[in-house]
Amino acid sequence: MTPPTSHAAPRLAPGRIHWFGYASPQVFYPLAGRLIPWFAGAALVLAAVGLAIGFLVAPTDHQQGDAYRIIFVHVPAAWLSMLIYVAMAFWAGLGLVLNTRLSAMMARALAPTGALFTFLALWTGALWGRPTWGAWWVWDARLTSELLLLFLYVGFMALQSAIDDPVRGDKAGAVIALVGVINVPVIYFSVQWWNTLHQGASVSLRAAPSMATTMLTGMLVMTFALWAYAIAAVLARLRCIILERGAAR
Amino acid sequence: MLATFLCIIRRDLELALRRRSDVFTTLFFFVIVISLFPLGVGPEPALLRTMAPGILWVAALLAAMLSLARLFAPDHADGTLEQMLLSPEPLAVLVAAKILAHWLVAGLPLVLLAPLLALQFDLSPAAIGTLTLGLLIGTPVLSLFGAIGGALTLGVRGSGVLVALLVLPLYVPVLIFGAGAVGAEMSGMDGAAHLSLLGALLAGAVALAPWATARALRIALE
Repeated sequence: MTPPTSHAAPRLAPGRIHWFGYASPQVFYPLAGRLIPWFAGAALVLAAVGLAIGFLVAPTDHQQGDAYRIIFVHVPAAWLSMLIYVAMAFWAGLGLVLNTRLSAMMARALAPTGALFTFLALWTGALWGRPTWGAWWVWDARLTSELLLLFLYVGFMALQSAIDDPVRGDKAGAVIALVGVINVPVIYFSVQWWNTLHQGASVSLRAAPSMATTMLTGMLVMTFALWAYAIAAVLARLRCIILERGAAR
Repeated sequence: MLATFLCIIRRDLELALRRRSDVFTTLFFFVIVISLFPLGVGPEPALLRTMAPGILWVAALLAAMLSLARLFAPDHADGTLEQMLLSPEPLAVLVAAKILAHWLVAGLPLVLLAPLLALQFDLSPAAIGTLTLGLLIGTPVLSLFGAIGGALTLGVRGSGVLVALLVLPLYVPVLIFGAGAVGAEMSGMDGAAHLSLLGALLAGAVALAPWATARALRIALE
């Protein structure tokens, strides 16, 4: 299958962009193609800067030593794992209600990246927990609910791939994505609701940062790096899905 | 609407009565899984007493999951389900009736049997009471959440494993609060907080699950 040519630019009303034009897969396909290099490039640059700050510039923590440096990957990955699930449920719900093809494809494209970040958050958490807590895994409320998030992602993907008809798969997946979204606030507030081993939120909008500025900067830069990577990867996957469904022509 | 609701319950109960072996399979699965644990971990009373709430609840979860295939698949096979979808009555009401009938057949026997099995694990009368009450509140939630999974996997290949993957993560809160209530009761605290949370789960599931299931059935039979 050949990629589509650029005849499919959105039909513009004079002087303004017709945003809903991008809801059509064949219009979005070339736009996604143009956006991917930018986000991929941004991900590379930001990751380089963020890791440099995190591993070279940021001071050693006086309580945890150098083990704390895992937060530069762990916290952004954990944030994204929840955010991507919400985004996936949002697009899946939109596809279910408005019957738009592209939003269902978007939900499908988001799931593997979300599962990847969930796994990354769990894995980096285990690597951090071993030296700090003395255990790879603790049945703590936040860890358990994050593990459930991984199962929800896997269930979503398994259900969609088990159904041969893509449209029915999209809709069935949307139902389970929307049901599972209840888990996200449980993860988010688990450190407040259950007083277990996992430490509280590192960053809050309402309180002054509890960590050094360089640490915070490194973490935020890494967050944007992973965001950019996630967007690039999801768009690339979305293009594959559009081509697979033959909707690009 | 109420007449249809009661009619569907009566029909499903009658069908279950005619095919009693299905019901007993689930029930015996529950008993057998629970009886395997003392053989597997050793018969020390202190150990069994601490493990009992978790064992009973996990077995209840698995037994509830096992019976989900019976919820919609036979009706799907003989075309009854399509007639239900065409009915002028709201589908969510029909689904709610089917879920209630499913609980009466698959959930309630577990609740009634649990105190007897708990005696084998040497639980105190107060703990057995909390366990039974927790199961009474919690097993309808299992049927309600399970119905969503059962409807989504209708006619899908490999649906048996898939339903486990979809439904068990949703069952986890029920397990935590249900087993937590018994654990709290045994350690001398009050299990009422856990039971209240189970009740909240039940209220939420009753309000939302029939609609989600109805939606999933429409998708499955599109």
